[in-house]
Amino acid sequence: MDFLNPVINGFAVVLEPTNLLYCLIGVVIGMLIGVLPGLGPAATIAILLPLTYNVEPVTAIIMLAGIFYGAQYGGTITSVLLRLPGEASSVVTVFDGYQMAKQGRAGTALGLASIGSFVGGTAAIIGLTFLAPVVASFALDFGPPEYTALAMLGILLVATISSGSKAKALVAAALGLLLASVGRDIFTGESRFTFGSLPLADGIDFVPIAMGIFGLGEILYNLEERHRAAKAPSKVANVWPSRKDLKQASGAIGRGSILGFFLGILPGGGATIASMASYAMEKKRAKQPERFGKGAPEGVAGPETANNAAATSSFIPLLTLGIPANATMALMFGALLIQGVTPGPQLVEQNPELFWGVVNSMYIGNILLLIMSLPLVGIFVKILRVRAAILAPVTALITLLGAYTINNSMFDVTLVVVFGIVGYLMKKFGFEPGPLVLAFVLGELLESSMRRSLLVFGGDPMGFFGRPISATLIVVFVLVAVLPGVRAMLAKRRASAAAEPAPAKIKEKV
Amino acid sequence: MTPVTGTPAAPAGGSSESAASGGDAPRSLPDDVLDDLTPEQLAAQWEEEKPPAAGPLANAASSLVVLGVGIGAMVLSIAMGLGTPSAPQPGLWPFIISCVMVALGLFQLIAGRHNRDAEKFTRMSAAPLTGLVSLAAMVALMPLIGFELPALVLCIIWMRFLGGETWRSTLLISTIVVAAFYGIFVLALGTSVPHLF
Repeated sequence: MDFLNPVINGFAVVLEPTNLLYCLIGVVIGMLIGVLPGLGPAATIAILLPLTYNVEPVTAIIMLAGIFYGAQYGGTITSVLLRLPGEASSVVTVFDGYQMAKQGRAGTALGLASIGSFVGGTAAIIGLTFLAPVVASFALDFGPPEYTALAMLGILLVATISSGSKAKALVAAALGLLLASVGRDIFTGESRFTFGSLPLADGIDFVPIAMGIFGLGEILYNLEERHRAAKAPSKVANVWPSRKDLKQASGAIGRGSILGFFLGILPGGGATIASMASYAMEKKRAKQPERFGKGAPEGVAGPETANNAAATSSFIPLLTLGIPANATMALMFGALLIQGVTPGPQLVEQNPELFWGVVNSMYIGNILLLIMSLPLVGIFVKILRVRAAILAPVTALITLLGAYTINNSMFDVTLVVVFGIVGYLMKKFGFEPGPLVLAFVLGELLESSMRRSLLVFGGDPMGFFGRPISATLIVVFVLVAVLPGVRAMLAKRRASAAAEPAPAKIKEKV
Repeated sequence: MTPVTGTPAAPAGGSSESAASGGDAPRSLPDDVLDDLTPEQLAAQWEEEKPPAAGPLANAASSLVVLGVGIGAMVLSIAMGLGTPSAPQPGLWPFIISCVMVALGLFQLIAGRHNRDAEKFTRMSAAPLTGLVSLAAMVALMPLIGFELPALVLCIIWMRFLGGETWRSTLLISTIVVAAFYGIFVLALGTSVPHLF
């Protein structure tokens, strides 16, 4: 029972009034931004980072986590009612959810989605409770070589799984690593890329980068993305699904929980991929796949369950290895660093209140979200009437004034605007901002562990292959890096072999 | 139900003129046609409604910027000293990254010519530019005259001219928003945000 003691103490942390309040604030904000198309959870968390300065670390992370998984609940509402996915992870919900709404079963679709989300989220927390300490104790033996390999693999996976061009995502990651190296060299103390500027000597702060590239960049980008007129939808009635609907969807919910949990743990995985995979799986398994796209309840329940399970389980790599699995987790990583907490395998042991407080707050958050999305769903549907035109300047002002409060200096505000331009241009030219921010937070860890390992190995890079775990990770890294190129080349050769011999060889550079 | 329109869907790769005119005449399908789309058709329609893709020039330009940053960082890293893997100087790590960056930039320059993931700048891009100018003006004016008046002007510009709200709701909401920010940041939180009143 020793194992359960810290878990129970974690509940005591959650039940402190401040933490409960911040949990509520987090899930309400998450639900709101999920309902409102445009700003995603990553951008919102970035904009609200200054809010976390004056509170306890555990309180801050409880709120930020609430925003993240709350958005998964809220995104469903617009998908079902308006066929506008509020979040990327709710895109597949549109296919069947909107058809159900057309058949007058919008309430059923929303009800199934929230019950599925609740089950998926809760199952993933239980999985997290048991799996995380195991992973953490395994990772306690990790030395610098393992961390080098792990950080490299994490950055590569996030870059290659992103939606756009992989080479461009890798460029963004490289830029993030370069930005991270600005400032004093940790080993020799010499200044790098500071150009004699004093504020730069301490390196670039994470918060202005995240607020600019994720927050302001997205606000500017959305200005261009026309304001889609969202007509206030018809009233939503009868959100409690019937026993028959529940029975029909229960298999999808069960499978979605498991699939989402495992996809969420993988670096680069996460809510969006989980929801798509679950939809594909449900369609494949169905006895009558032609029902999908015409209002099949499984097509709503499965993906919505999976995206919540994945959102929750993606905390595992962050809290146990100190490696964020996606861009949103990179923001959590940054928020923890600001608070002086370094996430890693020692977190469970050394900081059990934080670890179990955050994990257990998710139970409370999920219950709050279930209440908000079943009996109170009407309120959130009304929020759809708030127009993007009004929201945009409000978020922009929050960003600017929030940036000022970090250090009470205009320097940070200017930095945010500059990185806002960078973020906007990156999106415009097809460079994903996610890998940049992720690489930026991992940059220092990667450099210092690589240099430490090389010191240990006497400068021989082959030393990485002398340790089983780092060797395995490096092999996986090389496979992930090279396989897509090889596959593309083979496909090209096959295609051109049919048309003409002597295919042009393109050397893949990674 | 509201159709997913309002997104100007100019033919991808079309001339700038057709892109501009596309912004004025959003293609709107009748509701009943939209309602009967299969998921695949719906996805195809979203794809179509995306902003027009930029051509090879944009790819070349962005690749050259990447190359420029990479080469610049490389030169600076060499100046910092590289050292050896067992006794590295400060420049070694940035040097490795900038090499990767230069390689990726070259790859993108050659292999990415036909990629369609960049977006063209259309007439709609005037909105972010306006937004940016107003943000920059606010940053410049805030230390001088406080945040209230610049924030009010920013709200009015964004709501009336970028968002197409009516004058009445613009003025009303802008005033409420600025008052709310004053209440939160100055009165409630007591931050030192520069303020006039």
